[in-house]
Amino acid sequence: MTDPPQALPADARPRLPRGVRLVDNAAQGGLVLLAPERVFKPDAIAAEILKRCTGEATLAAIVDELATTYQAPRERILADVSILLRSLADKKLLEL
Amino acid sequence: MEATTATLLRPLGLLAELTHRCPLGCPYCSNPVALEQRADELDTATWARVFGEAAALGVLQVHLSGGEPAARADLAKITAAARQAGLYTNLITSAVGLSAQRLAALAQAGLDHVQISIQDSDPASADLIAGYEGAFARKRALCAAVVELGLPLTVNAVVHRANIERIGEMVEQAVRLGASRVEIAHVQYYGWAIPNRAMLMPTEEQVARAREEVEALRGRHHGIIVIDAVVPDYYARYPKPCLGGWGRRSLNVTPSGKVLPCHAAESIPGLEFWSVRAHSLADIWRHSPAFNAFRGTAWMQEPCASCPRRFEDFGGCRCQAFALLGEARATDPVCQLSPRHELLAKLAQERRDAPYVYRRLTRDPQKTQMVSEGVAERVIPGTDAT
Repeated sequence: MTDPPQALPADARPRLPRGVRLVDNAAQGGLVLLAPERVFKPDAIAAEILKRCTGEATLAAIVDELATTYQAPRERILADVSILLRSLADKKLLEL
Repeated sequence: MEATTATLLRPLGLLAELTHRCPLGCPYCSNPVALEQRADELDTATWARVFGEAAALGVLQVHLSGGEPAARADLAKITAAARQAGLYTNLITSAVGLSAQRLAALAQAGLDHVQISIQDSDPASADLIAGYEGAFARKRALCAAVVELGLPLTVNAVVHRANIERIGEMVEQAVRLGASRVEIAHVQYYGWAIPNRAMLMPTEEQVARAREEVEALRGRHHGIIVIDAVVPDYYARYPKPCLGGWGRRSLNVTPSGKVLPCHAAESIPGLEFWSVRAHSLADIWRHSPAFNAFRGTAWMQEPCASCPRRFEDFGGCRCQAFALLGEARATDPVCQLSPRHELLAKLAQERRDAPYVYRRLTRDPQKTQMVSEGVAERVIPGTDAT
């Protein structure tokens, strides 16, 4: 019943909503995303994306920066970032 | 022998039962039938120490629960201490006894999230189930206060025979109340739910319909509200991996400071629980006899011992094996591979429309003891069912 994915606006400024926190926890081996009664351990790529979801950077800026940092095609980065952000937003872990 | 399965993991969550006092009388309360008294409760400073030790051990989230945690006058200080320890701080409340003003103080202290239980979408039925007139209205008011403060809200809807036909309405209600998440939590038969089982148990058809309805509701409310479900297990074929396995991912601290692998663990006789008054949390996690009793797979009997599913469900729930079979090491009878599996269907058929046995904390410990003994007589059906 999931709707087909819609393109995210390039000027969206993704941010973690209140009640969702990205923290660095040495005992659990790195970054963890804490949410209402749930804990997620992002992989290295997801962690790089989440670190940039501060409500300041636009989607376009985040994608540009990752494309430069990882020297990867922009369209591919945009696709990966969009999938992750959409899925987090559906789970109420991100505001777009 | 299977040392790898007993590898000590770090706990993720800590359930802090701050008090067993609670104005409500919900007949499925997961607290033990023998409730702890106010005079025995840990003080603020001890809770603060426990939170610090928990964070050092790797715990990420603390669930401030009870009883009703708001029954403690120092709840804001406790919340601040949990947050200062670096823990994600979740309040699990009945909403009764917590004003919007006090809630604002908790938010100020760093509270991350609030979970409020509702008993039904129908106010009169909800109050009857809670054993408290006016509870429903207070819950609705506190939900509004949570949303107003900008805190994320989970509505926990406990489901059983009296309200199982209204799951859809309860989800709609959670959406209207502004919750971002709703738990459809079928009653689990521990604590006070055992003496109330015949009054709470839904039929197998109702449970099957509820499962389909939750799927449909997830589709309808996709992106609006997250729907999590705790499935009932009396009609299941395989057991639940209780809390992800004994002593693997979580700890429970009782009001008086005993540390349990799960909230029902005290129902198993012969286990030795250590207290935070005498030991550090790290010491308890690693060395307490109760935590090591059913860690890993070495304790298992057949059919669990050689079962390929033993690393997924860890033989199911030890408390349920004891409650229903009188033997904590037995395969959870929910499992279809258990030689006693048919007992579940038999117990589920014992449905009766009678007044609930409400959960009540008496001030007189002697009386509480009597209540618990009176209940115990009716609880252990396993022995005559073979």
